[in-house]
Amino acid sequence: MCLGVPGRIVSVEGLVATVDFWGVQRQVRLELVDEPVQPGDYILNHVGFAIRRIPEEDIEGTLELYEQLLKASGEDDLMAADVRGELDAAREQGREPR
Amino acid sequence: MSRADLGAAVAQLKFRNPAKAAALARAIDRTVQEIGRESIAVMHVCGSHEQAIAKFGLRSVLPKALDVIMGPGCPVCITDMPEVDAAVALAERGAQVATYGDMLRVPGTRSSLADAQAAGATVHVVYSVAQALEIAAATTAEVVFFATGFETTAVATAAVVLAGEVPPNFSILSAHKYVPPAMSLVAALPDTRIEGFLAAGHAAVITGWKLFEPLAREHRAPVVIAGFEPLDILAAVLKLVELIRDGRHEVANMYPRCVTAEGNRVAQGQLWRVFELRGGHWRGIAWVPDGNLALRPEWSHLDARVRFGLRAPTPSDRPAVATDCLCGEIMIGRATPADCRHFGTTCVPESPVGACMVSSEGTCRIWYQYGGRPDLAGATA
Repeated sequence: MCLGVPGRIVSVEGLVATVDFWGVQRQVRLELVDEPVQPGDYILNHVGFAIRRIPEEDIEGTLELYEQLLKASGEDDLMAADVRGELDAAREQGREPR
Repeated sequence: MSRADLGAAVAQLKFRNPAKAAALARAIDRTVQEIGRESIAVMHVCGSHEQAIAKFGLRSVLPKALDVIMGPGCPVCITDMPEVDAAVALAERGAQVATYGDMLRVPGTRSSLADAQAAGATVHVVYSVAQALEIAAATTAEVVFFATGFETTAVATAAVVLAGEVPPNFSILSAHKYVPPAMSLVAALPDTRIEGFLAAGHAAVITGWKLFEPLAREHRAPVVIAGFEPLDILAAVLKLVELIRDGRHEVANMYPRCVTAEGNRVAQGQLWRVFELRGGHWRGIAWVPDGNLALRPEWSHLDARVRFGLRAPTPSDRPAVATDCLCGEIMIGRATPADCRHFGTTCVPESPVGACMVSSEGTCRIWYQYGGRPDLAGATA
């Protein structure tokens, strides 16, 4: 619950952004983000909310850890499982509320 | 560790940049030798840090004299039994309880939420408070969000409250915790071994690093903000032992690509409009003054404790833990999972005795999965 996950904003509608996480698009809420964001920006997603806009020069260094985790790790990897959980926290696009 | 051994150790771990890792490990070794004591202990307070340390076998490249201990950094582990009991009671009384996944199996005094669910109560696992709201919007039943976690999840709870979209059948049972007071408590223990802290990178995204300055000064314990890459963690450990060596009781930010001095002021503003600090028991540890985030009085209509007439916890409540479970001692750095007679025998992930074996962020669960201080053979597995 304390590892956020970075993604790239595809579009913004009010306080909800559609964000691309390694090819998976999810909706992330923007109430908490510290700076205005626009398509193309990277944000750090935590439990379905953007908590930081990642400055452009820092994007590469930030993404690397996650790419390594998502590529290399099996089902029994706790850290990778938490990252996948964070992705599930962001709402699937067009999914009907339960 | 000799230079050749270190090189071999680093080569066996999965570092993105082995040369850099070896250089950092050597510098840590050198600095610890310069300090010249047999035992130095530092504490981190983040389950994701422990996962990275264990997964990448970082302890195998650290000098023997340096202990890197996981403190009270697992939100599930420090959620107190009476808090779990309250959630179970509400579920048994017919409310639908929504909570983050790991909470389900955390033992209460009598039973867990998973037990309540098995007995017919409705318990939802959610990844986000927003999903709990969706559940409430789709039913007329009372839906209680059992809100656990530190600053990083508390800001999300605050955001939905302030967004004004809370349906009338939705309430919040807050078990949110605030980490800095627990760090102070550990630092102030009369017999503490902890000489410095690694602060959790993503919690500090919210709070900013300046927040830790009084803690570092008052407890003469330097604080270093650390990221989550193995190299980030080694670099932060190096900075921390350097500060200890030099007797500098200050804060260093080794995760500047995410953490600023002031933190995320928008999120802080929302956090403190919705929550206020109150004392509370941290499971197995102690009553932590200002350690809990409670809903402010103006939100009492959303407070499940008020709506359902539950008593608020008090300092005189007996902190309950399973008999001779060492979770609490482990979380303040007095014991390791290896010291516990339950660990790996009567306490395993499938049937946990203590909360530290339940959560993917709990020390015992992580050590069980990866081995805590792996030898070199273990590190290659």
